[in-house]
Amino acid sequence: MPEITFVRSRSILRDRLVQLLVYAAVLVVSGVFIWILADLVRGGVAHLSWNFFVDSPRDAGRAGGIGPILVSTALILLVALVVALPLAWATAVLLAEFVPATSKFGTIVRYSLQVLAGVPSIVFGLFGNAFFSIYLGLGFSILSGGLTLACMLLPILVSTAEAGLRAVPENYRMSAAALGMSRTATLLHLLLPAAAPALAAGLLLGIGRAVAETAALLFTSGYVERMPGSLLDSGRALALHIFDLSMNVPGGDAPAYASALVLVVLLLAINIVAMKLAYGLQRKRIMPA
Amino acid sequence: MHPSKQGWGFFAAVVMIAFIVLANPGSAASNKLVITGSSTVAPLVGEIARRFESRNPGVRIDVQTGGSSRGIYDVRNGVADIGMVSRALKPDETDLQAFTLAMDGISMILHASNPVEALNQQQVVDIYSGRVSNWKSVGGRNARITVVNKAEGRSTLTLFLDYFSLKNSEIKPHIVIGDNPQGIKTIAGNANAIGYVSIGAAEFEINYGVPVKLLPLDRVDASVDTVRRGIFPLSRPLNLISRPAPQGLAKEFIDFARSTQVHDLIEAQYYVPVSIH
Amino acid sequence: MFRSVFTDTLLRWVLQAGAVVSALVMAMIMLFLLSESWPVLQHLSLAQFLTDSSWHPLEGSYNLTPMLSGTLYASMGALLLAVPLGIASAIFIVYYASPRSALLYRRLIELLAGIPSVVFGFWGLTTLVPLVNQLHPPGASLLAGILVLTLMILPTIALMTYAALIAVPDEYIRSAAALGLSGWSMIRGVALPAARTGIVAGIVLAAGRALGETMAVLMVAGNVVQHADSLFDPIRTLAANIALEMAYAMGDHRAVLFVSGLMLMLLVMTLSGLAGWLGKKSYA
Repeated sequence: MPEITFVRSRSILRDRLVQLLVYAAVLVVSGVFIWILADLVRGGVAHLSWNFFVDSPRDAGRAGGIGPILVSTALILLVALVVALPLAWATAVLLAEFVPATSKFGTIVRYSLQVLAGVPSIVFGLFGNAFFSIYLGLGFSILSGGLTLACMLLPILVSTAEAGLRAVPENYRMSAAALGMSRTATLLHLLLPAAAPALAAGLLLGIGRAVAETAALLFTSGYVERMPGSLLDSGRALALHIFDLSMNVPGGDAPAYASALVLVVLLLAINIVAMKLAYGLQRKRIMPA
Repeated sequence: MHPSKQGWGFFAAVVMIAFIVLANPGSAASNKLVITGSSTVAPLVGEIARRFESRNPGVRIDVQTGGSSRGIYDVRNGVADIGMVSRALKPDETDLQAFTLAMDGISMILHASNPVEALNQQQVVDIYSGRVSNWKSVGGRNARITVVNKAEGRSTLTLFLDYFSLKNSEIKPHIVIGDNPQGIKTIAGNANAIGYVSIGAAEFEINYGVPVKLLPLDRVDASVDTVRRGIFPLSRPLNLISRPAPQGLAKEFIDFARSTQVHDLIEAQYYVPVSIH
Repeated sequence: MFRSVFTDTLLRWVLQAGAVVSALVMAMIMLFLLSESWPVLQHLSLAQFLTDSSWHPLEGSYNLTPMLSGTLYASMGALLLAVPLGIASAIFIVYYASPRSALLYRRLIELLAGIPSVVFGFWGLTTLVPLVNQLHPPGASLLAGILVLTLMILPTIALMTYAALIAVPDEYIRSAAALGLSGWSMIRGVALPAARTGIVAGIVLAAGRALGETMAVLMVAGNVVQHADSLFDPIRTLAANIALEMAYAMGDHRAVLFVSGLMLMLLVMTLSGLAGWLGKKSYA
């Protein structure tokens, strides 16, 4: 029947068209991604050298390297993790193991973290400036910046750890209870080791988030580009350094490209490892324990 | 059990409290100065601070920009010991004391490739208020003008507005910038842009080969020389400010920054030292 | 036995303390935003943020509407581009690609999600802004902001859509095939409707991210306080306004910035609440 043939050929035509559009979209997205990476590599690779990683910036960053900036970034990260990790993992253990999912306390904590996860980073910056820098008198310091980031990291650290703990098979807990192990011992010897890959993946995601952050640090850790002498000194994070070089330093594009390249390669490495951990986890979950 | 492994939460609480106690404002080291404010003054003070540190081992001076208003705000607020302000203090700022380091001027800048060599007052006003939008109207090539304005709270903006009797609300900018170097960078990257910046900052960047040029103002060349001779019409003092009667390290630093020991640094930044008697 | 009960009690106490501190962070943020905004909320009426003649905080006028329109234009524009691209990306991974290229492309999207906003901003500033400038000066514009934001929210939409599409039960697909539906008819008629709530949740989440993004937009959008008449006009968003002016704002001006932070947060909270609700519904 000619009519049906016509309909079918039209639908085939439409299928082809949609397929074409989808492929075009994929090409555009991949193209732009490669364009960005290529730009970063082309602009930055010539500027990279061992000295770039260890030297102090000179001439507002046009010359010299990013040594003190890497140190500041690491210190801010360290403060953030030392504060956020214990809090986040304690919260996750409590939510996953100790309180029923429907309890009022659990709901409140979970809701508050869910809201926290959506707060824009500039708002964390406002809060950090008002609370840590001025109210607590920490000024523009690595400590202020790190504590602000700690607040920002809590939701992601809690949710990854909670998911990891929930993924530990129920029979672990049953057997431990049958053996008369205390809940503390069960937690320390069974549950946490079993959830370790998830904890590590969450940790890496948190590190990635913290290292990429700029807006929350603008008014908390400041942007003094010197080697910090203590946690109370201001220190410029790598992301802020890129911002400053690209906005405020004529002739700062080459070191900005190089710094951006360092940051992106660092983050890609962190994300790839985190993904590996997370996928490994999924596979393990599917296999019988 | 392993008691040492228990209680991260407790550990967290202890860490948090320890941080807060350690960071008590009272315990801040007395051999450290925080200086914030004008981006015009900051590069100079940064250089002075380095020399001061090298002569006084153990002293640490952090210099941060953000604009003159921030310098005033931070000093009032106690976040900074000394502020940097690139204008004279206003009548409502008598709670602060100003110490002039150097003189500077403000002038219009264009991209080096722009054929326009001079603009009169009316032309500048017309361009900034949007009445003239093509370079052709002021003797340039046929291209749209990109007007670069400074963000509020910057004294360069205030002085510019006063000089041309403009109100900020009349200005129709295309790009709003913060620090001086950002303005210079924006104009260096856009052949049809116009902006206004510190003469010292502009000469410093021009010396680095950045493709911008300063325009004369009311037929007076914009240069360190005309500022020095006192004939440049839009000059301003570069000040350090503090709460009255600075003491200890802050006083030492202010005295040092106003002494002849740093005149070479001031000259190197293309500003004009103020002699102190 | 007694000891283990004791350590268990201690542990529980410690964990609870940790959770309370975690939950308090949100409350503290609200508290500080409110207390810092309080001075202006007391003596300025909320209407002033909408009816004042302009945004000239040093002259005492605090009209936030240009920043609101800038924020909304930029976010809407980015969604307009990122939604089709993101959904197409997910459809490619699930239905069109070979397993190998699906994995490759998914990784690429995940890596795109990991690029920090300051790098997008820097790239936009050095690459996109000069390109837009050639098209129509001044270059730093709403368009540049939209393009950069699109790149930043695309991965969220693509990955959430992907998750929603693979969660569509196999029976649906098989019955569709049995009915003779194939290719686009199946995707449009069966897969996308079944994954709808998950996709919408992803879009809402991406919208929240676009509204709150600061650095990338700050670097490419020109930051002029005005209602944009065209894509080539520069704009300033609420978040960029905070980042730009916080450095020197004092008194009422500073308090108004906290008010705009509060507004931003309420906006984003509403959206993320919506996303959470939709997300929950999609699994129900």
